[in-house]
Amino acid sequence: MWSLSKIANTIHEWLRTTFNSTLATILEMVLAGVAVISLFAILGLVLVIMERKVSAWMQIRLGPNRVGPKGMLQSLADTVKLLVKEGLTPNGADKFLFNLAPFIAMMVAMLLMAPIAFAKDFQLWDLNIGVLYISAVSSIMVISILMAGWSSNNKYSLMGAMRSGAQIVSYELSAGLSILSIVVLTGSLQVSEIIQSQSNGWWIFKGHIPAIISFVIFMIAVTAETNRAPFDLAEAESELTAGFHTEYSGMKFALFFLAEYVNVFIVCAIGATVFLGGWMPFHIGSWEGFNHLMDFIPSSIWFFGKTFFLIFLIMWFRWSFPRLRIDQLLNLEWKYLLPISMVNLLLMTAIAILGWYF
Amino acid sequence: MVETIGNTTEGSMIINVGPQHPATHGVLHLVITLNGETIQKVEPHLGYIHRSIEKMCESLTYRQFIYVTSRMDYLSAHINNHACALCVEKGMQIEVPARAQYIRVIMDELTRIASHELWWGAMAMDLGAFTPFFHAFRERESINDIMEETCGARLTMNYMVPGGVMQDIHPAFQQKVKAFMQLFKRKFHEYNEMVTGNIIFQNRMKNVGVLSAEDAISYGCSGPAARGSGVSCDIRKIHPYEIYNTLEFEEILETGGDSFSRYMVRLNEMHQSIKIIEQLIDNIPEGDFQAKTKAVLKLPKGEFYQRVETARGELGVYIVSEGGTTPYRIKFRSPGFSNLSVLDHIARGSKLGDLVAMMGTLDLVIPDIDR
Repeated sequence: MWSLSKIANTIHEWLRTTFNSTLATILEMVLAGVAVISLFAILGLVLVIMERKVSAWMQIRLGPNRVGPKGMLQSLADTVKLLVKEGLTPNGADKFLFNLAPFIAMMVAMLLMAPIAFAKDFQLWDLNIGVLYISAVSSIMVISILMAGWSSNNKYSLMGAMRSGAQIVSYELSAGLSILSIVVLTGSLQVSEIIQSQSNGWWIFKGHIPAIISFVIFMIAVTAETNRAPFDLAEAESELTAGFHTEYSGMKFALFFLAEYVNVFIVCAIGATVFLGGWMPFHIGSWEGFNHLMDFIPSSIWFFGKTFFLIFLIMWFRWSFPRLRIDQLLNLEWKYLLPISMVNLLLMTAIAILGWYF
Repeated sequence: MVETIGNTTEGSMIINVGPQHPATHGVLHLVITLNGETIQKVEPHLGYIHRSIEKMCESLTYRQFIYVTSRMDYLSAHINNHACALCVEKGMQIEVPARAQYIRVIMDELTRIASHELWWGAMAMDLGAFTPFFHAFRERESINDIMEETCGARLTMNYMVPGGVMQDIHPAFQQKVKAFMQLFKRKFHEYNEMVTGNIIFQNRMKNVGVLSAEDAISYGCSGPAARGSGVSCDIRKIHPYEIYNTLEFEEILETGGDSFSRYMVRLNEMHQSIKIIEQLIDNIPEGDFQAKTKAVLKLPKGEFYQRVETARGELGVYIVSEGGTTPYRIKFRSPGFSNLSVLDHIARGSKLGDLVAMMGTLDLVIPDIDR
């Protein structure tokens, strides 16, 4: 049975025996960086084609079907087109900030890759405050959007950025609180420990109703945080043409686009890790045979399977719901989601103290 | 301190929506004064698609000018043609054969359904939901196919001529229309499931863009925009033309006056149109599809006016004739123009996102407003 950690260990040992330890460490860092960037590119390609196919399926049409088998190379062709396109900078724009913004968006998405466990023992950086790190870094995202909107010197962009600022800052609270309710159960902020605590069952099953409530709130909040419909007010094309990235073209636009999709992947990966056990196989109490069978499925497949299931959910939202209005959006967060998640957190704490979970 | 700079107050922002903007469904230019997200003033600018249709009509004969009017409200092209044909027939005192009248009414109602289908899809798209658009087009395509078979065109049909219709219906017409009505009834629940019942959609529509009955009358609104405010204005009921007075159908009235009422009026009108077609489709009488008319039509000296109910409201055709082969002057009273004029009134004080929803429920077709 293959596993990503075995491959990583083999490379690690080979580097250690071939080079001296300093050089080996540097090489490993370079390799990790290259791996993250390639994962970034692959995710962009896969998620774009997935979104187009999912939307086509929901809208009774075929979707891309010309480039490559079943249109699977369509996003590759689009990438080539975007790469050769001219990246315009408007005359009235603040050129430095305008060109910096897409890179910040991408950098944030890359930084968020660090604490995610893609498979068993396969993680870039298992820091002891993993969950805190994730929520801290993901809030930098709003800076790139505000920067893009402000520096574009365009009223649509500015309005999109302002909406997005209000939205992301608000919804981060709910997303944080719902993750926190699982942290309360686990007693640790470390990602690997959160996963380990789910070895005999995922938290969404073990944590009773509060865990399910947390999961629902988490899904709503991250959909809003990643600026996707029905919360896509920042780019609301029927109101603001394209919102904060109206003035961007070519690869600079593509970076925003890519960052959005990678962010969707990351929030879904976090959701899968915290609520659905990350790479943990599906186990049922004392069914030894069944559990043994589940262990045969590689842990990376478990992780990506759960993550893509959540991504599908988010895409499903996007293609079914109309968009909210800005005041309704903020009402939903401050009047409903935040109080509910606070009470839910209290409930969860009581459950954790009394040991009522499985 | 509120200080006036030019003609705006300090702290407000002016945004130009259009003429090329995804929300305006055409080349409408709106100058919006905003305070944050709140709308202070909406000023529609027209003229980007002016083709002087009225002036062009003056140099076309009474047979020719009908075809230009397909390009006004292109979503109810049949009904525009119908209004012009009726007006010419009124002047010439031509008796239209019963078969032609039946065909005309069926075609009108099919056009109305097709127009409302497109409106429904575009309306949902304005609110950010893309999927309904494709579902609406599934049904609309089958109407277009029926039109294509009989009239030879899918959008600008040019099927109505003075004295009847251009040619007889296709042999498969009745069967196809029945198949469409089956499809429509089978699929209609999807409309309610996808859009009408959606909680986000209802929150976006209810109590938004409220138009009182008094305002609807004083701005000259007509069609579903006025009927959503409880103003009874269906020309098919008040001033029946063709065979509408022999048909059984209801005039849909809602009293809310908000976007949701206007939405419900259009949705229910589709059912009434189906009801009308059901009464007619099996009873199309045999006979001529066109009355015998002279090759060159000359209207007697005088003024002629005919109004019909299009998918968007009341369309009036006013012809001044000097007795020649071309009209001396033609004026169209288009429903979209008066409906657009209420936009500023109902949009003040609401959010930018709602403006798009209101424009959606007014169902603006820009070439109709700006002829």
